[in-house]
Amino acid sequence: MEDLSRFKQTYFDESAELLEVAESGLLRLTPGEVDSDEVNAIFRAVHSIKGGGGAFGFTELVAFAHEFETVMDGVRNNTVPVTTELVDTLIRANDLLGQMLAYAREGDPAPAGTTDGTVAALRRHLSGGAPQVQAPAAAPAAPPPAPVYADDEDDEAGLFGDAMAAIAAARAEEDPVPPGKLRWTIVFRPRSDLLMSGNEPAFMLRALRRLGDATVECHTNALPNLQNLEAELLHLSWTVTLIADPDIDLDKINDVFEFVADDCDIRITAEAPPPAAPEAPPVTDPVPVATATPPAVVAAVPETPKAEAPKAEAARPRPNGGGAEHAGLTSHTIRVDLDKIDRLVNMVGEMVITQAMIAEHVRELPPGEFQELLEGLEQLAQHTRELRESVMSIRAQPVSSVFSRMPRLVRECAATTGKEVQLVTSGETTEVDKTVVENLVDPLTHMIRNSIDHGLEGPEERERVGKPRAGTVHLSAQHRSGRIVIEITDDGRGINRPKVLSKAIEKGLVQPGAALSDEEIDNLIFLPGFSTADQVSNLSGRGVGMDVVRRNITSLGGRIGVYSTPGEGSRFVLSLPLTLAVLDGMVISVGEERFVLPLTNIVESLRPKAADLHGLVGKCDVMMARGEYVRLVYLHQLFGIPGAVADPTRALVVLVETEDGSRLGLVVDEVLGQQQVVIKSLEANFRRLDGVAAATILGDGRVALILDVAGLREMSRHMDSRAPRSPSSPAAALPAPALEPV
Amino acid sequence: MKKKVLTVDDSRTMRDMVSFTLKGAGYDVVEAADGQQALGVIGANKVDLVITDLNMPVMDGLTLIRRLRATPAHRTLPILMLTTEADEKKKSEGRAVGATGWIVKPFNPEKLISVVQKVCG
Repeated sequence: MEDLSRFKQTYFDESAELLEVAESGLLRLTPGEVDSDEVNAIFRAVHSIKGGGGAFGFTELVAFAHEFETVMDGVRNNTVPVTTELVDTLIRANDLLGQMLAYAREGDPAPAGTTDGTVAALRRHLSGGAPQVQAPAAAPAAPPPAPVYADDEDDEAGLFGDAMAAIAAARAEEDPVPPGKLRWTIVFRPRSDLLMSGNEPAFMLRALRRLGDATVECHTNALPNLQNLEAELLHLSWTVTLIADPDIDLDKINDVFEFVADDCDIRITAEAPPPAAPEAPPVTDPVPVATATPPAVVAAVPETPKAEAPKAEAARPRPNGGGAEHAGLTSHTIRVDLDKIDRLVNMVGEMVITQAMIAEHVRELPPGEFQELLEGLEQLAQHTRELRESVMSIRAQPVSSVFSRMPRLVRECAATTGKEVQLVTSGETTEVDKTVVENLVDPLTHMIRNSIDHGLEGPEERERVGKPRAGTVHLSAQHRSGRIVIEITDDGRGINRPKVLSKAIEKGLVQPGAALSDEEIDNLIFLPGFSTADQVSNLSGRGVGMDVVRRNITSLGGRIGVYSTPGEGSRFVLSLPLTLAVLDGMVISVGEERFVLPLTNIVESLRPKAADLHGLVGKCDVMMARGEYVRLVYLHQLFGIPGAVADPTRALVVLVETEDGSRLGLVVDEVLGQQQVVIKSLEANFRRLDGVAAATILGDGRVALILDVAGLREMSRHMDSRAPRSPSSPAAALPAPALEPV
Repeated sequence: MKKKVLTVDDSRTMRDMVSFTLKGAGYDVVEAADGQQALGVIGANKVDLVITDLNMPVMDGLTLIRRLRATPAHRTLPILMLTTEADEKKKSEGRAVGATGWIVKPFNPEKLISVVQKVCG
């Protein structure tokens, strides 16, 4: 028989999703306002995990899921009141269920007593309700005693059946049972509306045939004459004589009639061969075969309910009609290995390049001719663009998978800090590349902690300043001009600028007496080594500061900024590219070489006047730009490119900003134009190079390097203290942007 | 001609298992994730048997059975309830709305096949 273990992977994947559904449902479960659809969804999630677990024989998991389910069922039926304590217990139970799944996945037994505490807690919530706590379904339990069935309540049918049984028994006498076999006589008289339940007597007779050598006799005496015949009603009854091996017992025969026993009159009798024959009857106890005397013993009657472990279902689940909002959970999807999609993305990338190459060549054709070719190419370009967008959208995921983790975090943070916090989220369905989604978890976690820990005031302080006791943190996502913008807004006290400034001066990050705008002061919190908490708290002070957040975000090609109003709150704005496979870049030339600068790094480009340039003796050149001195980096020097324009007043300076906010002037020959480029990993195809993040192929087929601005700065610093060019400068101290290879 | 079975379950694992087991036994299998989808599938396919879970979002199994039985074309269509609810109450509720029979989860493949044979040959 097929091995069901091949479905384990599906089961674990699905269970992981269900756990999230349950968790987000539980987090929304509020005492006093219980949404029955929500509760049903949680119940169903636990129920499905239990159901699948049973199929794979994860008994410990099933036993625990059952306890969990029982309480959820109580919640559903309003027998278990929803309290904050209950919600906490249920959340713990959900976590534990996740752990049990992990054990099951690894094939390890859970350590003894793993579930004891939580089970006890769950049962405590039940004790107020109906006394329904029972042994878990998975625990072996004695089957309920099979009721001894006396007779059918339908007298007429009973009499009729008895008569037929008698006929059968009489016939049996004149026809001995073959040795080593048992002869069963089955009188089967269905109720006339049997067909309406979708049951088909013919299939049952066929099933009996599969059990042995069956002779079927059809009784048509109840058949009305044609004008009275109701085509959808059943007027026939049957007597089946079955000669079967001794291992066919009463259970097996009853099983054939499992679904119709209540709608039928069924008499089953068995007879063994004459005493001379070898001992035949099976020893299975419910088979009441008389071994001694040939005359058949009327043995059993309709149906013995199947023995099943008693269930602790408190009550029937209510049908849940209007749960339409959960329809999305079971949308039509297929699971595809990520590698396959990446290959597809890769191929589309190649296609985009090829298309650009063709377009480049076509541009050199004499104008006016080849009109159709040009039109065809135009269409190809259009389709290529659409294809690329479609493929990219396969990798896109809604940010809800990240957002849904935040309520939990807020809950924990609120508990730890003693603050009252309300989290509002919006735009959860905004989609962005899977890699971006995954890399959002840490920064968002940190920023929300930061907002609660530093931004929001305690409830008393809030009351004093006339705000509601509970602070609000608003987390939102939206698409804006080809990027995803995520905002975290709190209505707390805002950034304490004097404190931030004095701290920055104290840490040597800002010169005393420097005139900074409010916005500049606010953004000081992103500088490495900055922490505003008076004492390192349990929450925010985990060795990471906002500088790490900024580094994570910029390594994804993103930007982060903060806008704060004292007393009213702060707003952190994150903007990220929708995909890491394509980059908006500026193509620049240095000598014969082409480079791509990520657009996010570029501030402006300008041609400096000689008066703006200053040389620092033994050090680099600097330029005065917008009132501040900016270090100049000569790309041709850095990369040893001949034939480049060396004089900045004749060349161009592209002003770029690194992730920590420091600026740099790159001296280049020309800025050729803005272009979306497909990112090719340099490490995968060649090796890591300082100052270079990745490579791309331009429309003319040339390889261009995508520059890593932070790396360039490091390289230029090393050059200051050395000979003009050092081929083996140490790796940049700051991580290069983690660009996704295509 | 292969008989076509529709499995209705909100759990992908369950659908996969039912589908795999029955395909191995020579049946055609189509799937739906809830009662509403099932009605759509039945509208587009000639189905010989429906195996449905009871507790599902959007439209639960009992409603599905009721809706099918209300359609003349499906008055005698075999419908099995696939459920972990082992209690008699659930079964009789199912029978009351016209279910043909039931399969108690967890089931083993042999049991599933034998029950399916029992109701659709």
